[in-house]
Amino acid sequence: MQKVKFEILESTCIPLPVENVDTDQIIPARFLTATSRAGFGQNLFRDWRFDKSGKPNNDFVLNDPAITGQVLVAGKNFGCGSSREHAVWAISDYGFRAVVSSFFADIFRNNALNNGLLPVMVPDDYLSDMLELIKKDPKTRVRIDLERQSITILPDVRSASFEINPYKKECMMKGLDDIDYLLSIKDMITAYEFRNTLKI
Amino acid sequence: MTPQTIFDKIWNSHVVRSVEDGPDVMYIDQHYLHEVTSPQAFDGLRARGIPVLRPNRTLATADHNIPTVDQHLPIRDELSRNQVNKLAENCRESGIEYFGPNHQKNGIVHVIGPELGYTLPGMTIVCGDSHTATHGAFGTIAFGIGTSEVEMVLATQCILQVKPKTMRIQVHGSLGKGVTAKDLILYIISQITSGGATGYFVEYAGSAITSMSMEERMTVCNMSIEMGARGGLIAPDHTTYSYLNNIPAIANRHDFKSMLLRWRILKSDEGTVFGKELEFNASNIRPMITYGTNPGMGMGIDESIPEGDNTSSFLKSLNYMGFRPGMKLLGHAIDYVFVGSCTNGRIEDIRAFAGLVKGRKKAPGITALIVPGSKRVEQQAKTEGLTEILRDAGFELRQPGCSSCLAMNEDKVPAGKYAVSTSNRNFEGRQGPGARTLLASPLTAAAAAVTGRITDPRELLND
Repeated sequence: MQKVKFEILESTCIPLPVENVDTDQIIPARFLTATSRAGFGQNLFRDWRFDKSGKPNNDFVLNDPAITGQVLVAGKNFGCGSSREHAVWAISDYGFRAVVSSFFADIFRNNALNNGLLPVMVPDDYLSDMLELIKKDPKTRVRIDLERQSITILPDVRSASFEINPYKKECMMKGLDDIDYLLSIKDMITAYEFRNTLKI
Repeated sequence: MTPQTIFDKIWNSHVVRSVEDGPDVMYIDQHYLHEVTSPQAFDGLRARGIPVLRPNRTLATADHNIPTVDQHLPIRDELSRNQVNKLAENCRESGIEYFGPNHQKNGIVHVIGPELGYTLPGMTIVCGDSHTATHGAFGTIAFGIGTSEVEMVLATQCILQVKPKTMRIQVHGSLGKGVTAKDLILYIISQITSGGATGYFVEYAGSAITSMSMEERMTVCNMSIEMGARGGLIAPDHTTYSYLNNIPAIANRHDFKSMLLRWRILKSDEGTVFGKELEFNASNIRPMITYGTNPGMGMGIDESIPEGDNTSSFLKSLNYMGFRPGMKLLGHAIDYVFVGSCTNGRIEDIRAFAGLVKGRKKAPGITALIVPGSKRVEQQAKTEGLTEILRDAGFELRQPGCSSCLAMNEDKVPAGKYAVSTSNRNFEGRQGPGARTLLASPLTAAAAAVTGRITDPRELLND
């Protein structure tokens, strides 16, 4: 099934200078009882964003009207913990298209790539510079160029390159889907099963 | 031939196709399903108009959001009820075996898979749950996946995976009295941090590991994800084979003997090079407790909270817990005790807890949730008389489920309260909004339950 394509993104950023942001913070377990993929954005970072009575917590960055953007910039080891893809759905549903960090947890990164949310891994010092610049000026824009695998703080302040698996890159750029690919090699899968008869 | 790790042997034998510059197409032998991460995957199949390819390679259970009392009644929470019903419906439509609440084989997915004999050495195993690493205890490649990948497995019995690097963690020597498998893994995570094994698949080895029971091995492998590893495994040996031999469904298989022969190759060859090697000494490990909001923030129970790196993340974490750097936790009053989960909800864990509370009483003011990992564990606890021991000491054995580990059901710890938990995550709000979790072993949980305070379990153990 065709997905949204990712080529170049230019946007302001939302900083979240916290390390080890786990998927329970991104979307707490009590909101996982839904059976569709839609609507998780309203509970993104629920317990940081709202107090117990459901009132927005003014200290939290998503509640600051001066800070907006499609790029979330967070501390190292982002997305650790549970495998819940709901975390990626929540981030995308809120309006983010990329997450920048110096380190991503494995399952989160896979889930993000499978949903067109780009994980951009940058060096530690680049991340701290970026967070510093955004803090000084929330209007700071970045340009993420997937083709070139580069991120630039505009206007041309500093660039960094990032890694992405070439297959996944192509999928992201063309909006392709892993399942379509797997379905296209079904004969090979059946042949594998034939060779390995364990439990079939 | 180049020497290979057990991981390489299993991985390579499951590659259907290598994508150029890309991930491998990997065949999945066993897929486990639960109610929370699967409904959107079935919807995806429907949208594509395709069926489940191999329903007999998937097993489903309801565990994450079900209540742990009165399981014969309909689930009260409407969304949870709907989600569990949806799983039952999806399984019925697809011909997938499903053990719903109150079914005699129901339980936490990572508890029932092994105990019913679905998990076998040499397999590739996935589930939409990060603690799938548990099954690595049997010498399998087992790891958690997201819902898109669940859909891939349902549709094609394959997923696309980039091969992780390998890491070997050897633990030499033997664990001291009152020091458990849980302490061992909490110790390792505290040494290498919660992201220390990201990008790796771990093989645990060394005498402290090979002398463990299957239950203990499952506890160790279960928490591999808490140091960021894709999974963790232990080479199968006589302990593994005798565990499987005790499962009639396996022992009675006509091909059991030939499987035993085949499993002999499941070990890392002499001279294999791992991406990374770590070694620890078991005699350095004490009963552990966590003081922060990720599983890497752990220490010996009699130690003081470290001064830390003074980063805002470290202080934010301690602030949430109501602790300060340098503080000792021994003697700190607690409110809740939770024994259960895919980490420590097996019969040995209930035995350990019951053994320590036997002849003692639950401390006043403590709320205890003792939750078996499965119906079988619950039944076994009854057969062994553990339920009575617990009752005499003021504890009640609940019905199986994930329960307070992630608090999707009613088993929540209230805001600000301290819970000593045998589960796997101490993240903010994990056991309920504002709840403060201290991860520990079933013995340490028992010591806390009878004293009402953080207590070194070694002080309460008989010689």
